[in-house]
Amino acid sequence: MLAVFIAGCTKTPSAGHAPNNRANHNNGDAYIASSIGDASFLNPILSSDSSSGQINGLIFNGLVKYDRNLAVVGDLAKQWDVSTDGLTITFHLRNNILWHDGMPFTADDVVYTFDQLRNPSVKTPYGSDYELVKNVTAIDSATVRIVYRRPFAPALESWMIGILPKHIFSNAGDFNTHPANRRPVGTGPFMFSEWKTDEKIILIANPRYFDGEPPVSRYVFRIIPDQSVQFLELRNESIDEDSLTPDQWRAYPEFFTQYNKFNYPSFSYTYLGFNLTVPLFADKRMRQAIACAINKQEIIDGVLLGNGRAATGPFPPQSWAYDPSVKDIAYDPARTRALLTTLGWIDTNGDGYLEKSGKTLGFTILTNQGNKMRMLTAEIIQAQLKNVGIKVAVRVLEWSSFVHQFIDKRNFDVVMLGWSLARDPDQYALWHSDQTHEGQYNFMSYKNSMVDKLLEDGRTTFNTHQRKLIYNRIHRILAEDVPCIFLYYPESLVAIHKRFRGPEVAAAGIGWNFQKWWVPAGEIKYKMHYEK
Amino acid sequence: MINYFFRRLLLTIPVLLGITLLTFLVMHLTPGSPADTMTDMNLKVSAQAKSRLAELYGLNKPLHVQYVRWLGRIVRLDFGNSFRDERPAIRKIAERLPATLLLNILSMGLILIIAIPLGVLAALYQKKLFDTVATIGVYIGFSIPAFWLALMLMILFGLKLGWLPLSGLHSINYDDLSLPGKCLDLARHLVLPVFISAFTGLAGLTRYTRSSMIDVLKQDYIRMAYAKGLPRRRILFHHALKNALLPVITIFGLSLPGLIGGGFIFETIFAYPGMGRLGYDAIMARDYPVVMAVGVIVAFLTLAGNLIADMSYAIADPRITLK
Repeated sequence: MLAVFIAGCTKTPSAGHAPNNRANHNNGDAYIASSIGDASFLNPILSSDSSSGQINGLIFNGLVKYDRNLAVVGDLAKQWDVSTDGLTITFHLRNNILWHDGMPFTADDVVYTFDQLRNPSVKTPYGSDYELVKNVTAIDSATVRIVYRRPFAPALESWMIGILPKHIFSNAGDFNTHPANRRPVGTGPFMFSEWKTDEKIILIANPRYFDGEPPVSRYVFRIIPDQSVQFLELRNESIDEDSLTPDQWRAYPEFFTQYNKFNYPSFSYTYLGFNLTVPLFADKRMRQAIACAINKQEIIDGVLLGNGRAATGPFPPQSWAYDPSVKDIAYDPARTRALLTTLGWIDTNGDGYLEKSGKTLGFTILTNQGNKMRMLTAEIIQAQLKNVGIKVAVRVLEWSSFVHQFIDKRNFDVVMLGWSLARDPDQYALWHSDQTHEGQYNFMSYKNSMVDKLLEDGRTTFNTHQRKLIYNRIHRILAEDVPCIFLYYPESLVAIHKRFRGPEVAAAGIGWNFQKWWVPAGEIKYKMHYEK
Repeated sequence: MINYFFRRLLLTIPVLLGITLLTFLVMHLTPGSPADTMTDMNLKVSAQAKSRLAELYGLNKPLHVQYVRWLGRIVRLDFGNSFRDERPAIRKIAERLPATLLLNILSMGLILIIAIPLGVLAALYQKKLFDTVATIGVYIGFSIPAFWLALMLMILFGLKLGWLPLSGLHSINYDDLSLPGKCLDLARHLVLPVFISAFTGLAGLTRYTRSSMIDVLKQDYIRMAYAKGLPRRRILFHHALKNALLPVITIFGLSLPGLIGGGFIFETIFAYPGMGRLGYDAIMARDYPVVMAVGVIVAFLTLAGNLIADMSYAIADPRITLK
């Protein structure tokens, strides 16, 4: 580890930018995080799994980032201008940023990263975010101009992707198999130190980080593939952070004497989605009838043990697109019965289920294997709908066949799924009527020309206030139209060791200021050993 | 015998081919493709990006073309790159092999040391108290779920008593330790996995040793040895045990592939970086190159294990000749 430090220090190219005095800033403790799965690529444009994302977020910087309140602020860029037609974004980069190997960061690195995102032989899943980009030019070493073919408001969020060092990648070898994908060099608060496959990844504090060296000097990412063992490790105080399940959250308080627990809404929702091409669900009144028969609070209390809240639409409450004035469809089984009677569904044979022209009212809820919460939710809904005379079957399927043989082929009545959302409220892919082809995400086949228009406007409007109005309207229309039943926004539940000062829940979650967390001198648990 | 050896070796080629073809077919007939696990239901990934990835991985080619290509590479011992992280499949396996071998050799050794004496004694005291206790003991080990026992012992020795670490192979400060410190650290991490995998794997070998010893003890030459007036100890350990262990050689040869194969559940519980998790993760991610590489190696070792068992049988037992 010392070797890395020395190498990092001696390569400082320009005088006058000596690293800060480590003794003042570095208090030497380590933060032990844990994860179910190992990372794949420590390269932000190749990886798509959350483990890699977590590590890459500490090693790399984007041009911009979200602050605690989810406002876009500068990261590698100190500021940016958007032209009045919305077609050109000019980023002004910070000066004096150094890569972990001591080379200066320049506009060429941004151009290089973009070129890889659009390079057909690079195995990146993210190319589509940059399809509308006409060109990216380095005006000078500290200015980048990006020209779009059409205005694209979520563009800013897309420039949060980690910027790669051109000088490392361009010297030799294939991008996809480049050794730097396992020994990354970034600009971020932490520098790569070691990766033991399926065991741990170790990062160390970057003494020359432009926003100050992080007080936590070592970040250890332990891979513990079993959740119950993770919890045992937490009780043993051998990890400093663990995400909890609702029942772990409610475990004996003595398990957590050394931990602080944090809960905050995650950026996601769980929903019951109708296949709108099935005649039964074509009538809005049928969808409303089903929605009225579902008691969301019972689901939240039973499945999430209260750690969640009822969803009213496609935006989570901490998003600026969320409209708090949209009322949730009230739980009202009497209204369900009335609506179903109007639609001609009556229990003619006295079996407790409703019939119309000899057919029993019923459908199958499909969900994927391995998500206990969804399975339990489906079972509760099954019981709730039985009360109003709807016969529901639940079918749990292996993920791949669920997606490819049922969802892609539109071979379902109703699905139980969840979406993890980007912070930008653009949900074009979810609700626009031209996104209904195989493999696309509007598999409920929702078509509403008004929503289409609003989604298009939302993508081309840069003014946040105007965008807010647009998404508020989408929220209202979707709540009214019931293309799916928005069930709940689950909470993220995290325990963090008490010796760390600084964790704070904000709209952005918990880790947004991780690089500023610190441990008081008397409570340091892991001493750094610089000598081997 | 050399002749026999080469004939058997030649025969393994078509068998291996068959195994790879089957593995290949089963893997490709399973719904889902490697590009999916990265892109399914990921809002940042569009349908075009998905098909472009499939193309880059060569998955848009017909199945037989893909198989022949794979075969062409395998002849040159190129197992291809993992789809998950673009590293050579064979390197990923080589990385896991030491940890898996370490665990399995230790637990296999422990099984041998315990199971054979236990089996012999159970045979000598057949239907006595010792036999009953030993039988019940090994069957408890056989039928107890390893993951449950692991969790219980973790809670007892790790959490309550604090004697042993819970999971993993190294401590956080492993790199800072001296050499003896490193060995001790590794040993402490291995105690529970080795003990549990040995305890749950005792039954087979113990029972085999027991029944084969019982068989041998009924043989005429044992009665002859008694009649000659040989001491009991010499009869048991020289005449009987030597013969009784012959079938055990076969069992042992057959467990050779088990040395490199790891248990997935076991490794998951102990956060142990071994082959079982590699294989399982590869299957779940439809990481064809890694699945195929693991398949070929395990198949090869199974065939080699069979061959070695047959050969050592002939060496150990002069009554048997291989033609």
